[in-house]
Amino acid sequence: MALSRRRFLGLSAGTLAAAVASKLVFTRSAAAGHPTIDPGTDGHAVSSVCEVCFWKCGIEAHAHGDRLIKIRGNPRHPLSNGRLCPRGVGAVGLAYDPDRLVKPMLRVGPRGNDEFKIVEWDEALAFIAGKLDELKRKYGPESVALFNHGAGASWFKHLLSAYGTANFGAPSFAQCRGPRDVAFDLTFGAEPGSPEVLDIANSECLVLIGSHLGENMHNTQVQDFAEAVARGADLIVVDPRFSTAASKARTWMPIRPGTDTALLLAWIHVIVTEQRHNRAYVEKYTTGFEELKKAVATYTPEWASAETGLDAALIRSTARRIAGAAPASLVHPGRHASWYGADDTHRSRAIAILNALLGSWGHRGGFFRPSGMKLAKIPTPPYPKPKPPADRVEGEAPFALEPLAQGLRRATIDGKPYPIKGWFVYGTNLIQALPQREETLKAIQALELLVVVDVLPAEIAGYADVVLPEAAYLERYDDLIPIAWHESGVALRQPVIPPPGDAKPGWWIARELGKRLGLEKYFPWTDAESYLRERCKLSGIDFEALARDGVVLAPHKPTVIEDGLALSFATESGKIELFSEKLRAAGFDPLPVYLRPHAVPAGYFRLLYGRAAAHTFGRTTNNRLLGELAHNDRVWINAKVAKDMGLHDGDVVRLTNQDGIKSAPVQIKATERIRGDCVYMVHGWGHTAKGLRYAKGKGADDSELVSRVNVDPVMGGTGMRMNFVALQREA
Amino acid sequence: MRRVMVIDMKRCVGCEACVVACKTENRVPDGKYRDWVVQETRGELPLLELFIRSQRCNHCADAPCVANCPTGASFYRGDGTVQIDRDLCTGCRACMASCPYDARYVHPEGFVDKCTLCVHRLDKGKPTACEEVCPTGAILTGDLDDPNSLVTLRLKRGDVSVVNAEAGTKPNVFYVNGAR
Repeated sequence: MALSRRRFLGLSAGTLAAAVASKLVFTRSAAAGHPTIDPGTDGHAVSSVCEVCFWKCGIEAHAHGDRLIKIRGNPRHPLSNGRLCPRGVGAVGLAYDPDRLVKPMLRVGPRGNDEFKIVEWDEALAFIAGKLDELKRKYGPESVALFNHGAGASWFKHLLSAYGTANFGAPSFAQCRGPRDVAFDLTFGAEPGSPEVLDIANSECLVLIGSHLGENMHNTQVQDFAEAVARGADLIVVDPRFSTAASKARTWMPIRPGTDTALLLAWIHVIVTEQRHNRAYVEKYTTGFEELKKAVATYTPEWASAETGLDAALIRSTARRIAGAAPASLVHPGRHASWYGADDTHRSRAIAILNALLGSWGHRGGFFRPSGMKLAKIPTPPYPKPKPPADRVEGEAPFALEPLAQGLRRATIDGKPYPIKGWFVYGTNLIQALPQREETLKAIQALELLVVVDVLPAEIAGYADVVLPEAAYLERYDDLIPIAWHESGVALRQPVIPPPGDAKPGWWIARELGKRLGLEKYFPWTDAESYLRERCKLSGIDFEALARDGVVLAPHKPTVIEDGLALSFATESGKIELFSEKLRAAGFDPLPVYLRPHAVPAGYFRLLYGRAAAHTFGRTTNNRLLGELAHNDRVWINAKVAKDMGLHDGDVVRLTNQDGIKSAPVQIKATERIRGDCVYMVHGWGHTAKGLRYAKGKGADDSELVSRVNVDPVMGGTGMRMNFVALQREA
Repeated sequence: MRRVMVIDMKRCVGCEACVVACKTENRVPDGKYRDWVVQETRGELPLLELFIRSQRCNHCADAPCVANCPTGASFYRGDGTVQIDRDLCTGCRACMASCPYDARYVHPEGFVDKCTLCVHRLDKGKPTACEEVCPTGAILTGDLDDPNSLVTLRLKRGDVSVVNAEAGTKPNVFYVNGAR
């Protein structure tokens, strides 16, 4: 680690007066003829859109000819405001990653041996098309599933919809934000969105429940967070870990992991029983208040204190602070919400209800309501009517908004309700993205076709029958990217540099496959640029301006009540549903309930995981510009607990989970910044793929230790924080 | 003109965008850094404090690197910054040994290198690369000789510190809102 040589240097105050007052005495003058060094990194700038994560910030990529030099935030793009996170800036390291996939490859030897022969595109595409024809003949088109992440997947969704399947399972739903989206949908008739429509910059009180902003570097959200912190907004952070955000908070609540719903219910109890809710708003916009009031009557702070380990008086006082700032009082909905399974939707519903009681939905400093921008579609023939997705059996997870990725995996193994025999995997490393690895491997071995489209050879590529090298987002066009923010509009991703080797953009791959499958009529364009020009024309957008500026904004419309926004709710009742008749009718609790998490077995720690600022899952860990930053490939453990175990900061351990699964060796970070009953890892380390030269063998992989999940019965999310690990020192 | 940098510790989340932006702006070689982030935890659970500092060359007004440079390669530019003349640098590392901030490294091409405060950008009226990219707006540069500059106004408000003041080198990189 290059940074470890930096010794810590103590600060001392009191030099200010001297600093401001003193004038310098120069021992040499500037006129001595020394040159000023300009590194010459400006070059020509191309406006585009980032894809290192899903936030989709506008960027300006600077290149000299075909050589990408640096990336900065696009000042015209409302999600960047000219600023960028380390990952977006560091994507130069992705463009020139020596491990990039540059040639199509066909598997030789048994599936999973990670052995391939290099082939030309024609052979690879003909092979896939032949297999897809065969699968359609043998099992029907619905036997092919797509697992995807990112904007570039749209071309493959189009291709496979035309082919005749609806089995599209993004782990970003059931393994991530699903419970939250379902809960907000049930309550408000709308989701918090991506990016989340949070007016943090104007919040008077901000509550974060496990959201570690600052380590989770969603650019605009962190910009707004810094504004709120600088302004002195009342920040309350609930986290078993003293996160970066917690260090900025007025109050940090080091909660017992998995008991957040108890805290939320107690907050609701205090606000309702003390009549601190936003009465006018609740009367005007909500239904079910009386039922809620009755339901939370017993959830006192004293009750919650026993569950959460938090002081009852603190629970009461924070509830009052939260209510006191309403409606500019925001309880952050979080993003990754598949935590404990059984009550994830309930927990997210409690957050939604709390926000409703505050009246934050639709008010400045709360949830704003963007108008979006209408984009026309290029007419293509209607898709064949697909069979319903195979991810769920009758009656399972009735409120899922998207197919469950783990459900498609299950169907691949047991063939119910019908066989799944082919997988397209686009931009997601399913080996790390899905829990219960044994199941993933079992499903993979049951396939007749596994196609991986990606930019780097992550673990999943090693299991593929065909690996297709995609041009990275800096090297390709993608479909128009809508912006739904305070200002709505549209952004353009366009190539800055050519792709390496024979890597090809997704739009080209999908179209070429379409041609070979007899689906040409679904691709009535010659290339992405002509597609985009036509779509812009149909949408009334000046393509030249879009290409020049990277973004075209729509006329401003009000996004908050204060500016004239009229609230409406796409729920059955047309109101915010505190009490959910829909949940009741389906046999679920219509109001949030708390379910105590499994206790931590003696000798074990609860395994928690999260993000680091410089990384998006495992996809950035091989990036030379990002891989070396910070010591975030370590496992956090409480310093006193470590000491009692005879462990020191930096010691190497292995983690063994409750099922005997053992991690790779990993250094510990012994710190006061975490409770003693849990350990914490940054997700995405511990790669084993031989093709990732920098990331392989660095740190340990949290997802491999998630061998058990609790499935949310409401929407099918896989709660993953009910795995436990023991630590053994590595000899 | 006296160029200074003011870093707001309350805003900074330690994301290291400044580090990566500097590397790509200034073509800093693999494994080398002109700026870096230090995180320090104080206290015991649950009474904790976290101090996050984006650090770099302090462009000291009384710089040991300049005093100890045998060839005159390290020099005061006259704008508050300390610079290195690559043509005069022999790579002897006397400056590195005397720097209380460990801010310098040997470039593979043989000269010693460090933060320039992006004077190639400041001279053109642009912010430094780290200041421009910072998602939290924690980094501010300006002229301390200008009584109305944002840096002067901010430093007058107090809660200002410098790293390793004991070294007595009169740093021009200031940290604000560190006292909390």
